[in-house]
Amino acid sequence: MKQKDLILYSGLIILGLAAPYLFSAFKVQLTYLCVLIVLAMTWNLQGGEMGYNSFGNILFYGLGMYLTASVQVGMFFPLAEWTESGGEKTFVHTTAQYFQGIGVGLLVSAIVPALVAGAIGYAILGLRGHYFAICTLGLGIAAGEIAGGIEIIGAGQGFTTPPFPAEIVDPEARGKFFYFSSFFVLVLAFIFVKYIYGSRFRLILNAIRDNEDKAEAMGIQTMKYKIVGWMVSAFFCGLAGGIMGGLIGYIDSTDVAFDGREMGVFMVLMAILGGKGTLWGPIIGATLFHFFKEGLWTFILGWQYVALGVLIVVIVIYFPEGLMGWLREKYPERFGEVIDEKDRKSQVELK
Amino acid sequence: MDFLIFQVPMLMVQASMDGILLGILFALIAYGMALQWGVMNIINIAQGDLVILGGYIAYTMYLAGIHPAWGVIVSPIIMYFVGWALYKLVINKVVDRDLFISILATFGIAIVFQQLMNFIFGADVVVAQSGYGTTMLFDNSVTLPNSKIFSAFISLVYAIALVVYMKKSRLGRAIRATAQNARAAKILGVDTEKVYAATFGINAALCGIAGALISITLTLHPYVGLPYTVRSFMIVIVAGLGNLPAVAISGMGLGLFEEFADYILGTEFRIGAVFMLLVFILVYRRFKLSKKREYLK
Repeated sequence: MKQKDLILYSGLIILGLAAPYLFSAFKVQLTYLCVLIVLAMTWNLQGGEMGYNSFGNILFYGLGMYLTASVQVGMFFPLAEWTESGGEKTFVHTTAQYFQGIGVGLLVSAIVPALVAGAIGYAILGLRGHYFAICTLGLGIAAGEIAGGIEIIGAGQGFTTPPFPAEIVDPEARGKFFYFSSFFVLVLAFIFVKYIYGSRFRLILNAIRDNEDKAEAMGIQTMKYKIVGWMVSAFFCGLAGGIMGGLIGYIDSTDVAFDGREMGVFMVLMAILGGKGTLWGPIIGATLFHFFKEGLWTFILGWQYVALGVLIVVIVIYFPEGLMGWLREKYPERFGEVIDEKDRKSQVELK
Repeated sequence: MDFLIFQVPMLMVQASMDGILLGILFALIAYGMALQWGVMNIINIAQGDLVILGGYIAYTMYLAGIHPAWGVIVSPIIMYFVGWALYKLVINKVVDRDLFISILATFGIAIVFQQLMNFIFGADVVVAQSGYGTTMLFDNSVTLPNSKIFSAFISLVYAIALVVYMKKSRLGRAIRATAQNARAAKILGVDTEKVYAATFGINAALCGIAGALISITLTLHPYVGLPYTVRSFMIVIVAGLGNLPAVAISGMGLGLFEEFADYILGTEFRIGAVFMLLVFILVYRRFKLSKKREYLK
């Protein structure tokens, strides 16, 4: 078993490292895929494991995006001038400045959203069930609307992130840089989530999901763990947002950063498609969803949102357990569940 | 404080009048939401999009040369069947399930509606001209479009008609019985499936009326549905389910808040302020209840 795992993981890592060379035309798509997996996996941590279905993780994603770009510009040039008049034409980052900027920016974009989640967590996570869902939906949209009114980050006209340094002549370099940084974040997120899956922390989160009152009665300080769970999500959402901002090269408040209509729904949908509350579910869900989206959307241009809406309805109504949930029901032995044959038979007879 | 609204007192009167008239309209949408939330235990994210669809029906009439005010009669009739069809297609499968499922499913419906409206009616901001003119008050310092007064009046008429209908009619009694205890109602011979479909239809019809009124008082755009959903959700959680006077009052309060936020924060933060108010109300309720060791249910 152990050896099988080792082969699986090393195979996946080699595949991940070789992917930009094997499919060099699809580097942007691969980067998207990594980011989607990170988003789905961390959404699952608190949506699937903790039972707090959030529509508002897009808040941290957008925050990370704006923070990375702002830090990257603000470290070397006046931010207000940059956003006011397309500063990318006046000010040019040198290679060293660019990478220093994005490095510090990503660091900030991971830490600050996590701190924000910690700060608002006590107030927001006291809400339960659908109130939490609606409240976070409101938060995400409010953030987009408010960011669209703040002058220093470009307000409604958007924020152009620093272009990739022109001194690097290799045309592949930009794609590779963003792919490898997103892959690095993916590996980091996977290791972290895997660690959580093997720890007591996950059991506590599951206890909160199954019955919060009882968990509290058992002496678990639920609020503390809920906040930590949300902070982990926020940490990786911020990182993912920072990378996406650099990749897209242009930040709009409601269509790119706080894009509740796309990314915000995608992460929920991907996690549900793959199966909430499983380690591999969100990863498989995100991969499937990405293939579906990229394969189908070019053929039904204009109708993609209709397809997305219908897909949401169909998945939610007919497939709420997701792929892993379905497999689990079909092959319970594979998931380490032991079924008493006698008991199962008597259950069937009862029906 | 150098806000314009505090320097010119007449602007306050203007904002208050606008807010109250607008708030009555919001209350109508919220009443629909409270109805289906109370009866079917479903939170309908597509509520705002039903409103906008109703508005586009009135707008289509306006384009065809019919006065858009007739929309307040035509649009609810069409929307009733839209709501009924929506119930039969999707909603009946999420009635007994987790609320999150209904939120997500109606979110999907909202996306489909938005995009279809975008295809059919275009992405422009449109308004149906009612040609009702304006009323000037206080030496012409406060202007009140007659269409707003008309819309508030029609909303009140429909709200009262609905309350009477719910009290007196057979269907109204069945709906109230189902809301109290669906199982008991079923045992006593109420066809709950029919009641649910009718409830969702009535909700959609209310949205249709509100949409037709919005088409002549405010503006229509395929993607502005969600703020109406959030407004009605907010009104319902403040007022509680099935308390009509409270719904009306908190609707007016929300209207006032919005108009003042518009003047004080600036128009670009208006929608942001609505969503932030939602967050603040929920957090306020949460802290208030947590003192009693309870939480919002």
